[in-house]
Amino acid sequence: MTDIHVSSPPTVGGGRHLLEVKDLFVEFHTRDGVARVINGVSYHLDPGETLAVLGESGSGKSVTAQAIMGILDMPPAKIPSGQILYKGENLLAMPEEKRRQVRGKEISMIFQDALSALNPVFPVGWQISETLRTRAGMSKKDALNRAVELMDLVKIPAARARIRDYPHQFSGGMRQRVMIAMALAMDPKVLIADEPTTALDVTVQAQIMDLLGDLRRDLNMGLILITHDLGVVADVADRIAVMYAGRIVEHADVRNVYKHPAHPYTEGLLDSIPRLDSKGTELATIKGLPPNLMRPPTGCAFHPRCKYAKAVCTTETPLSLDLGHGRTSACHFAKEMLDGTLR
Amino acid sequence: MAHSAENVAGVRPAGEPLLRVENLVKHFPITQGILFKKKVGAVKAVDGVSFELHRGETLGIVGESGCGKSTLAKLLMRLETPTAGRAMLKGKDIFKVSGSELRRMRRNIQMVMQDPYTSLNPRMTVGDIIGEPYEIHTEVAPKGDRQRRVQELLELVGLNPEHINRYPHQFSGGQRQRIGIARALALKPEIIVCDEPVSALDVSIQAQVINLLEKLQGELNLSYIFIAHDLSVVRHISDRVGVMYLGKMVEVGTDAEIYERPTHPYTQALLSAVPVPDPDARAHRDVIRLVGDVPSPANPPSGCRFRTRCWKAQERCSVEEPLLIRRGVDPHPSACHFAELRQVVG
Repeated sequence: MTDIHVSSPPTVGGGRHLLEVKDLFVEFHTRDGVARVINGVSYHLDPGETLAVLGESGSGKSVTAQAIMGILDMPPAKIPSGQILYKGENLLAMPEEKRRQVRGKEISMIFQDALSALNPVFPVGWQISETLRTRAGMSKKDALNRAVELMDLVKIPAARARIRDYPHQFSGGMRQRVMIAMALAMDPKVLIADEPTTALDVTVQAQIMDLLGDLRRDLNMGLILITHDLGVVADVADRIAVMYAGRIVEHADVRNVYKHPAHPYTEGLLDSIPRLDSKGTELATIKGLPPNLMRPPTGCAFHPRCKYAKAVCTTETPLSLDLGHGRTSACHFAKEMLDGTLR
Repeated sequence: MAHSAENVAGVRPAGEPLLRVENLVKHFPITQGILFKKKVGAVKAVDGVSFELHRGETLGIVGESGCGKSTLAKLLMRLETPTAGRAMLKGKDIFKVSGSELRRMRRNIQMVMQDPYTSLNPRMTVGDIIGEPYEIHTEVAPKGDRQRRVQELLELVGLNPEHINRYPHQFSGGQRQRIGIARALALKPEIIVCDEPVSALDVSIQAQVINLLEKLQGELNLSYIFIAHDLSVVRHISDRVGVMYLGKMVEVGTDAEIYERPTHPYTQALLSAVPVPDPDARAHRDVIRLVGDVPSPANPPSGCRFRTRCWKAQERCSVEEPLLIRRGVDPHPSACHFAELRQVVG
């Protein structure tokens, strides 16, 4: 079940990553014009690693994930350029037949709202075992047995007794576990979790994040965690990619980001969360609103909201600056930010 | 009944409270049958909640989904009729008044809703939305005065007064929430019930709205009942905090008492589960992992409602319901037989 249909590709350079997004562009063609939602995103993922993609709504974090999965609606979406390499092979250049072999089997995804992602008229056991029957060619009985194993794996109590239950008979946290079991059915190497705990309460959120962490370690999966919650990121991520207006503005080891943000947007985000010592003081805010991607600002997309903005920011788009140790920042003044000399 | 409210005041600011809620109960009937509906049970959404709210104070209410915090908000707005209990606003029970007295009372308690996308009518201009309360409460703003009043309100919440003729879709989520706040302020209320006012907003926008709420409180001497599931937001804005579980208040106190010296196991578990935005805290954080889910409020556990998920639960918890009273360990009320201090937030 774990054999890989992707032919072993030529090794690119020395260090080949499990998954690599290279200079990806995505645009949406709408009646009102073209919205450029992804503008040159690059990131990579290795086995057993957690990459957090952090951003506000409209920053393009989910669209990137959908492009990796190949579930973007095209049209209106269009991918004018870029590569998504899985084990060195470009998914975007693959014929759909071959791509189907990757989707779900090699790279799998769980969605935010488990209630609307599950089919209300089929029992959960049937839904979990569906991929096993259609993709792995298992018999109904074997597939159901495997579904029970998967439900045990995601710690749904009394799994065997519950395979005939319908989604509405499960609580929010249990539904999310069913989603995770479905995503794990084909033993994927990469799991993309798009806001997996946003709809859940904190105590349940902690349970689900624990589960994802355990599974990642036990199955040696690469985990891409898409979220807007800085607290969750600090708890589980190894590396973090901060997105703004369709670009990765900062990419670094999680500890570095929280201690010394190298981009004004990251700094603004960190400052705007209420903390223990912020009581009674005014919270720092990022002024203004996220840009309209139909008419993005000139230069750096963040400059209208940036408290450090200088003349150069309004005219020149900053390139991703390499700060060493795999750390990048797309700010003209990234070095000054790290030195603490930026005013 | 009046005595129970005395116990739950926490650290009480001097003077008579603006609002005193006593043993508020709301049960929603579960019926069976089509023509002849037979009552077969009840969802005990709010089951005996008491608290006080003082002028200029913010009372935060936290709890997980299904704990009854939104039903509590609806009761205080008189959008639901309580099964039992009373709420005294300046000495008058808000559930007993009717007619013109009720209308005057309603002016005093207003609400900011959670979702700024669905709580504004898309076919009305911002001016009409904010000015609509004046249609009913004509005495607050005479007709000729309304446009000016609405513009003042827009300015107060940080929006451009010239945008009075725009429609909600022309505004972003944060701006829409400001419109919702302006609407709540239109009748010059003394109490504003905020039901998850920032949970639908992005982090950077959340901070803007929280700052606005605090600024308005200072300027207008408002009292807030701030309902949210985000514990750090609640701590930032609240003077006192009440923790709810399955329709009951399990612990009440000042923000320092709840966050630094929690004595109820549920509060401790809730606080410890909040992700801390500091990667270095990962290693030495003492996270209490609760097992299972919140039981159904239609059939809550006997005795202490938290006992099915509590690691301290003993025989006594299933038979005797713990009251929300001051326990020996710390001078704030906690509804646990085995209340003890445990520091969970660094």
